[in-house]
Amino acid sequence: MKQAVDVSQLKIDSATRQLLVAGAPKKISDFDKNALEEAIRIKEKLSGGVEIFTLTVTAEDAKAVLREALAMGADKAYVVNDASFKNIDTLGTAYVLAHAIKKIGTFDLILCGETSLDSFSGLVGARLAELLGLPQIGYVRKLSVEGEAVVAERTLENVVETVKAKFPALVSVTREINQPRIPSLMMIMKASKKEIVSWTVADLGLQMEKLAAKIDVVEVLAPKTERKKIKITGENVQEIADKLAKALLQEGVVGRR
Amino acid sequence: MSEFKGVWVFSEMQDLMLEMLTKAREIADKRQSELAAVLVGFNVQDRADELIKYGVDKVYLVDNQTLEHFRLEPYLSVLHNLVVSYKPEIVMIGSTRNGKALAARLATRLDVGVAPDCNGLSVDEQGRLIGERITYGGNAVAKIAFRVKPCVVTVPSRVFEKSEPKERDGQLVRLDVKIDESKTEVVDVKPLETSSVRLEDADVIVSCGRGLEKKEDKVLLDELANVLGGVVGNTRPLAEDRKWFTEWVGLSGHKVKPKLYIACGISGVIQHVAGIRDAKVIVAVNKDENAPIFEVADYGVVGNLYEILPALKEALKRQLQ
Repeated sequence: MKQAVDVSQLKIDSATRQLLVAGAPKKISDFDKNALEEAIRIKEKLSGGVEIFTLTVTAEDAKAVLREALAMGADKAYVVNDASFKNIDTLGTAYVLAHAIKKIGTFDLILCGETSLDSFSGLVGARLAELLGLPQIGYVRKLSVEGEAVVAERTLENVVETVKAKFPALVSVTREINQPRIPSLMMIMKASKKEIVSWTVADLGLQMEKLAAKIDVVEVLAPKTERKKIKITGENVQEIADKLAKALLQEGVVGRR
Repeated sequence: MSEFKGVWVFSEMQDLMLEMLTKAREIADKRQSELAAVLVGFNVQDRADELIKYGVDKVYLVDNQTLEHFRLEPYLSVLHNLVVSYKPEIVMIGSTRNGKALAARLATRLDVGVAPDCNGLSVDEQGRLIGERITYGGNAVAKIAFRVKPCVVTVPSRVFEKSEPKERDGQLVRLDVKIDESKTEVVDVKPLETSSVRLEDADVIVSCGRGLEKKEDKVLLDELANVLGGVVGNTRPLAEDRKWFTEWVGLSGHKVKPKLYIACGISGVIQHVAGIRDAKVIVAVNKDENAPIFEVADYGVVGNLYEILPALKEALKRQLQ
């Protein structure tokens, strides 16, 4: 799971086009909530023997979002928190996740969100599958567990594929797959007793050079809007419509057919 | 020996490959290096001529029955093998859903970075490749540079336009490489149930948001779209919350670039705007004069779409005659 910037509440300094990221609230990246919800549904369906662990890599405190995940139904939460993750990129993140997962132990299925709400890169799942040598199914909108395998329906540009992978496997999901539950007060109370395990770089024995970013983000700026912003007004609807139609003809965007 | 040189292009979709070649040729020329395409599949040799006509100097062809359909591990092993052998400086991969996973895994296997879903590629004054991409839910454009080579970038469909094909010389290099087996089994493939129109292909899109009160009222948009030879689109809430449609225009849905986009009863949240940013002309019709959509529109009408749309349809009919 990723603690992501709530992009709907992000403010922009209009003079400099800089994003005021530091002041923006954070939340569980939406897609990751769908992944967690799907894990909970699998557990409910299989009645017993399933444990759900949630894991996040962060440079800042993420307890609040982990509590929310535990309230939704995760059994145990792990967080790898280290100030050195501030400039980590998708490869570094996947590297930390891979090591943390190995330390947690054996698993059947890794579920993750297809992409993240804020950076929208959509790379970490695939990178993690590569580092762990796992079969990978992406863009999944429907999922079932059949014995020791996962069967998933994934949408591509023109087709829907149904794909099977033997455990252990990694699946990344889209928002279509489900509607994540909102935990009740009861569930929130129960979750306060669940364990959050916190690790650092040293705990995992990570090599610092592996955490160095492979890319430089040279600039992040709000896009320039170069729109005309012409308000069409008139005495009545008819006049407005005529003026607008004329403007569109002059723009050459409506054809004479 | 670690000199990385040359620009490479790969996509399992030939059209996307041709689109990327326009930009790839420009970058290769600036770099004074070779442009190569990696052609992977089964019985695909005849596509090589087309790639050469669209600007490549060299086609690396890996043609094998096991490569007939895109499967991640086999395609990944081929591409990785070739990159390790020939050391290109830049690898452009078509950002289809499969292509994106391929790029992420290739970059991980090579221990390098990726600039995903680039809407722009350039070479800066220091000679660095810069990928531009939309981030923070459409709030920003990020420029990405690379610390290590090769630079892996992915490019979505319709970011670049195909160039004019020309007769030119190019070399076909047929290769045999070791191909890994797929770790997943595709048990079924069926066509995607979408509306028959492709929003990405439309010249005119008339689109509705929450201002549309009933699903049946979409007929107002249909009629206007009809006059304009366009199609009808919608925002995410109409699809996800009201379940009226299965698709939507926006950052997480279809990113469109029509000549004309008419936003009707659309407030203009940033995620929607990010999906229409490349429209040539944007018209907004909204009751709320403070709706953010007016900030990103060329022409704004404050008014009721139920009155404006029929009137606009009639006005256009008259003026188009």
